[in-house]
This record gives sequence, C-alpha cells and structure tokens, in this order.
Amino acid sequence: MNNNSDSPVKFEIDDEQGYLVVRFEGEIDLYGTPHAREVILNCIKSKRNTVIDLSAVSYIDSSGVASLVEGYQLAKNDKLEFGLVNISDAVLSVLQLAHLDKVFTIHASLDERIQAS
Amino acid sequence: MTNQTETQASAAIKVEDLVTHYGSTRILDHVNMQVNTGEIMVIMGGSGSGKSTLLRYMLGLHQATSGSIKLLGHDITKISSQEMDDLRKNMGVSFQGGALFNSMTVGQNVCLPLHEHTTLDENTIQIMGRMKLSVVNLGGFDDLMPAQLSGGMIKRAALARAIVMDPKLLFFDEPSAGLDPVAAAELDDLILRIRKALNTTIVVVTHDLDSTFRIADRITVLDKGKILMIGTVEEVRNSDNERIQSLLNREARHVEINADEYLKELTGQKE
Repeated sequence: MNNNSDSPVKFEIDDEQGYLVVRFEGEIDLYGTPHAREVILNCIKSKRNTVIDLSAVSYIDSSGVASLVEGYQLAKNDKLEFGLVNISDAVLSVLQLAHLDKVFTIHASLDERIQAS
Repeated sequence: MTNQTETQASAAIKVEDLVTHYGSTRILDHVNMQVNTGEIMVIMGGSGSGKSTLLRYMLGLHQATSGSIKLLGHDITKISSQEMDDLRKNMGVSFQGGALFNSMTVGQNVCLPLHEHTTLDENTIQIMGRMKLSVVNLGGFDDLMPAQLSGGMIKRAALARAIVMDPKLLFFDEPSAGLDPVAAAELDDLILRIRKALNTTIVVVTHDLDSTFRIADRITVLDKGKILMIGTVEEVRNSDNERIQSLLNREARHVEINADEYLKELTGQKE
C-alpha cells in the first residue's frame, strides 16, 4: 500500500493474471485526483493491460472519473485493455450521470473480467 | 411532521430567524427553514414574496439585519470572506439568465470554476467540462459561443458550469423561466438525475407550479417576507391556507390597503 502522506488517496498495484491491478483506497476528489491520475497514467505508459479496482473507494468525484477517462483513452490509443472492477452503486451512479457506464468496460470482479475477455 | 423530519435529518442549510431589509423596508421577516442533505427544497411565492431575496442571502450576497444562515455547518453571517470563498467551492449556482460570459466559448464558461479554484491538470479540466456538458445533453457544443445557443441550451450550459465542481449545494433561480414546457420538463429531469447521482442538496426558487410538483421533496411557501408553510408537495396541495390556495390556483392577489400607510406612501411621508 502506498503511504504517501501528502495524498488522501492510497493505492497498491498487483500483477495478476496478465493485468496490473490498481486498488485505490479512500476518496478520489479534487485533492486526491492528481495523485490517482499519475498512478493510472504510469500504468498505461508501462504498456500493461490495466484494471482499476474501486472496491475500497468511498467516493469519487468528476475529477477522479476524468482521470479514468483519460487513462482509458490512452490505453485504447496503445491498444491496451483498461477496465473497472468492484465499483459501488454510488460510483456507478456518477458514471451513469455522464453516460460513462456505456463507455467503460465494467465487471464485478477481476475473475469475471478475465472470463469475459 | 415537518419539524420532526428536520430535527432528525442532517441539515445542509439552516436559516434561523432571518431578518433582512432593503433600506428601511423589511423584506424577510423572521424566516426559519432547514434543507436536509440530499433534499430538493423549492421556495415558491408570488412576486415580491421575498423568495429571490432569500436565495441571495443564502448565497452570501448580502448582509442580513439579524439571524443566521448555516451552510454545511458554517454560519455565513459570521465567517470571513476567505472562509466564504472556500465555502463557495461547494456551492453551484444557476442564475435565471444563465450568466454565461459571451466572450468565452461554452466549454471555457463551464471550465471557468475549475481554472479559478483548482490546480488540476488541463487534460483533467477539459474532460470534466465535456463530461458535464454531456450530463446536460450538450456534448460536442463546447466550442460554440453562448450567442449561438437557444435559451434552453444556455440554461443547460449554465447548469453544467454550476455542477462542474460537484458542489454539495446547488441553487437555482427560476430555472424554467423562459423555457417551453418540454425544455422545462427536461431541466426538471436533469435536476432529479443530478440529485440522485450526487446526493446534492438543491434549492430551487420558482413560481412554476408544474416544475415544483415534479421535483420538490418539500416546498417552502413565502408571502410578504414570511413563511406561510413548509411541507411536502401533498401537504402544500392540501393546505387550507387561503393565500396558498390562491398561489396554487393562480388567482390574482387581493390588495389590502391600510389607508394611513397608503396615504403616507403617496405623500412621501412614510418612514
């Protein structure tokens, strides 16, 4: 787990079944987004398929969602996979508001994603 | 029932014993109300009832004569201008005329609060702005100028700007004014979707009854600067208060004349 005390967002990255799995924890808001964005973009820049696990994210605002959008676009440009797993109803509501539930590939778990791919 | 609801729920906005004046004229007269977190409160009343004034005081635009207004626990009648500036980051406002800057594109207008109040990366800001335009069904319109938009589109662009920072409190001044019934209904639907997705506390000032009944969780009815009633849509509909029924039935206001006061007013002797 990342322990950068300057950031309200914690994360850990695991290499699982061909994916970099980024597990964020806490709130991804105006204060936490710059850090979360850096983590997401670094995964894509490393040319790895990436899955963002949001199960421990209690709140994500539009800035956090924007970073997910940016990461997804960069991944698509590089023909990499990028998906979301374990998202709460609250996060899903935020995505639905901006019609992004139709854009992202969303699965209940990493296993479900692997089975679907 | 209303009072019990208010005390048990968490108050996002609490107005206590608010008295305001314009010059020597009292506009709001000992107003008490509470808006709970995630609630849509519609403030309605006839012209001159004080509803727009109440909104302006909630926004911290004027100094009250007495009383308090707590937004997210902060009494805005007492806090410093710096604290008010910080609090405004949690507030979105959609003004009646849209209040877009005509010299800026729609996208620049929407992103303006992000440029002013955050240090987010420009890519993040641009995506956020486009997302919010998509929320209000104006996706792809970011490069247009406000003059190229219809009245309804301007209202929606203004709403996109109001919600671009994901505010906890969202205020609307006559959102449906000047809109055709379909555009007004679409705006109502947007307000409901935003509340559902973001649990935003929303205050709407309007005299549009159709809109009020579509979106309100509760209604505050103002008349001559005083609160006539605070209640659910059904409670207000079923009220036997004569003034409220006049408002609901769109009846012309009966003008009460105080002969002495009227004479003083005409002759310029009123204090």
